[in-house]
Amino acid sequence: MSLKGAAYIAGIYEHPTRLAKDISLAQIHAEVARGALADAGLTKNDVDAYFCAGDAPGLGPMSMIEYMGLKVRHADSTDIGGASYVLHVGHAVQAIAAGKCKVALITLAGRPRAEGMATGTVPRSRGGTPTPDEPFEFPYGPTVVNMYGMAAMRHMHEFGTTSEQLAWIKVAASHHAQHNPHALLRDVVTVEEVVNSPMISDPLHRMDCCVITDGGGAIVVVAPEIAKSLNRPKIKVIGTGETIKTQMGGKVDLTYSGARQTGPEAFAMAGVKPSDIKYASIYDSFTITVLMQLEDLGFCEKGKGGAFVSDGNLISGVGKLPFNTDGGGLCSNHPANRGGLTKVLEAVRQARGEAHPKVQVKNADLVLAHGTGGSLGSRHGSSTVILERE
Amino acid sequence: MAQERKLPAPSVSDETRVYWDGASAGKLMVRRCKTCGEAHHYPRAHCPYCFGVDVEWIEASGKGTLYSYSVMRRAPVPYALAYVKLAEGPTMMTNIVDCDFDKLKCDQAVKVVFKATEGGPALPVFTPA
Ligand SMILES: [Zn+2]
Repeated sequence: MSLKGAAYIAGIYEHPTRLAKDISLAQIHAEVARGALADAGLTKNDVDAYFCAGDAPGLGPMSMIEYMGLKVRHADSTDIGGASYVLHVGHAVQAIAAGKCKVALITLAGRPRAEGMATGTVPRSRGGTPTPDEPFEFPYGPTVVNMYGMAAMRHMHEFGTTSEQLAWIKVAASHHAQHNPHALLRDVVTVEEVVNSPMISDPLHRMDCCVITDGGGAIVVVAPEIAKSLNRPKIKVIGTGETIKTQMGGKVDLTYSGARQTGPEAFAMAGVKPSDIKYASIYDSFTITVLMQLEDLGFCEKGKGGAFVSDGNLISGVGKLPFNTDGGGLCSNHPANRGGLTKVLEAVRQARGEAHPKVQVKNADLVLAHGTGGSLGSRHGSSTVILERE
Repeated sequence: MAQERKLPAPSVSDETRVYWDGASAGKLMVRRCKTCGEAHHYPRAHCPYCFGVDVEWIEASGKGTLYSYSVMRRAPVPYALAYVKLAEGPTMMTNIVDCDFDKLKCDQAVKVVFKATEGGPALPVFTPA
């Protein structure tokens, strides 16, 4: 049985804050839930399924369902890092198709800025029982940035990708962010400014890295009969895919991501091809993340991502594939160091025609959102959704 | 190279003790499956390819090539995180040490050396061959 069109995204909300000093983590989850339900025209008591990941406090669903006062028949806290919430959309579709629920709420929230977390440049032990990989990695000082740096370095070596090409990704995001009043960074930047920003971990400069922000967001996925009863644009989920890519026991290959599997799966389910997609939200923890996902999803040939992203090809109104028109994680928001949920939000805005007029893609009736959570340099989760405006 | 980065001690379990004892004795140990013949890393009590449990320890040659690397410039002591592809097959995470980081190149030959950790077993790292 195909799950194509088995559910719709009816409500979305992005918290406007980027620094949440005086508000608790649980409170942000509740605020974004309230926002997304109001956007859909639903109430808390309509929710019968709840989804969250490792950013939620305590025991995830148990803690948050109690705090918000939900009563559910279905809960899912699958955590694949920042890509979790794209995966949750797929899982919500599955649960709705299986008759387990009708109104699924997905929330994300975090306060890494308020908590003064050294997100990208300090090796972090997870604490507790060490993962089996930890003794063989942690002593060497893996951080978020140098792990993605190794993926970028190998891509440059094998395919001749350049720092200038990667910089175009940040440039495109900055062109979009200037129109987003909530974006953390709203200045338009040039390729020269990106490649001349301080080197963090070769070959990634500061401006190749996403922002660190507090905040969050929420998504409401509903059954078709609920979507039909609501006075909102009908955004149908027509394709999903998920996987985990690993080091494969030592057969490390940093030149591709899990999108190589999730992209074709989602496209096959949707019955469309990459060239049909009018707008794409692409996970942008780093510029290299975007480049590799574009290749793996099939928007261009493997190794040709550098040429594909150059010369403004990702800028709305300029290039062939407008991406991250809210400014994305590179310029606007990367709440809780997890950028997947906001990817879905901007894809829904585009499909509804509710993006900022300066970046709205004409007739964006077919859009894609993709997430990469964890590390391109070792193990990561990948998740793709394709959405269609009915 | 005046300063060296302090290396945290890895946690040792019964599953991995041979690896760490080997490192402290100046040997790089790799696990190889006697059922399917594949070597793997990080070492496990089972083979991640065929899931067999007849996995032996072999001493690796210590030779390899630099698959990729990244020099963390924002650390108190900059260091090179790397993946080295061992002559025996598996690719392992490591550091490249005792060299000019600006001259590193993917696919160059490297060889294993061992560095002391803070209160734990020695750690295999690599240097240009
Ligand atoms: Zn085997």
